[in-house]
Amino acid sequence: MPEPVYIAVALATAIAITVTLRAAPFVMKSRLKESELLADVGRWMPLGAVVILAIYALAGIKVSGPGHGVAEIAGVVVTVAVHWWRGNTVLSIVAGTAVCLLLANGVIPA
Amino acid sequence: MTMTWAGRAGDRRSDLTVAARDAGVVWLGLFTIGIGFGVLVTSHGLPWWLAPTISALVFAGSVEFLLIGLLAAAAPIASIALLTFMINSRHLFYGLSFPLHRVRGRARQAYSVFALTDEAYALATSRDAGTLTSGRLLWTQFGLHASWVTGALAGQSLLSGVKGLGFVLTALFLVLAIDGYRARPDRATLTLAVVAGLGAHLLAPGSMLLVAMAVFAATLVVRSKARGRRRPEPDGADGA
Repeated sequence: MPEPVYIAVALATAIAITVTLRAAPFVMKSRLKESELLADVGRWMPLGAVVILAIYALAGIKVSGPGHGVAEIAGVVVTVAVHWWRGNTVLSIVAGTAVCLLLANGVIPA
Repeated sequence: MTMTWAGRAGDRRSDLTVAARDAGVVWLGLFTIGIGFGVLVTSHGLPWWLAPTISALVFAGSVEFLLIGLLAAAAPIASIALLTFMINSRHLFYGLSFPLHRVRGRARQAYSVFALTDEAYALATSRDAGTLTSGRLLWTQFGLHASWVTGALAGQSLLSGVKGLGFVLTALFLVLAIDGYRARPDRATLTLAVVAGLGAHLLAPGSMLLVAMAVFAATLVVRSKARGRRRPEPDGADGA
């Protein structure tokens, strides 16, 4: 386990940055609206960040390990299909995760 | 799901009831994802109390999931700071349209800002601001917060032997990416992010996330500057 002091500093850093980002627009509403770079960051960063995070999560699926990632790949297919079909975030996550869990824990043989 | 916040003004119980009826499904969803987070924390060999503590204090879903891997690997504080900033930079723009003026009292406003998550923003701004009351907004946010923390706690005791719960995170990012593209079908951003992500995965697999985010951010700055030079013409065509 990492040092408690390290954990405390790491958490304090994450909290400080998150709260600052959430509070900043209320403090400087007018200036934020005028900054072109910030406006562009706000326009492009959200999609870019989640796309990179999705690739990161997909790249973490272990195809060479035991099970060959079949449970996770089935979960990905179900998540995307259900989301395409119904567009309901919670439903898509629950359906995809349920399929992955059932396969990974051998409830359904893969 | 009902889209109305109809109810008698000033009635506390109806504030909670309406918030529960309106946001209950999302509360349940956060509880489920919270379980996945709780399991992830113990599977990284970190102490059980860390999951509810992080969920209560940081309260930023995707950052928390990534934080666990970084903490377990004792990553430098600077990379934790950079990653938190990049992932949460989207919050810079939530405040511009979040109806904070509806919340009464300084302390409550401070809590409302602290708890301004993606879900809180989406729930608050999809409603008619004229019918939102202070109580309903706060109950909605507190419900999200409480579900998230209790989910993280539940993940320790109930389901710690279950394999594959980390998949919740994969599903969450996939869904957010699809929604993000649907809300703003921006091919250039999608292409740059995919190239940055795949390139970093191939060239720097150990620090893929950080390299991909940094490269993407750099292309974003260049793109913004290039656009700025052309900006004298009115660019109202770009749907902001």
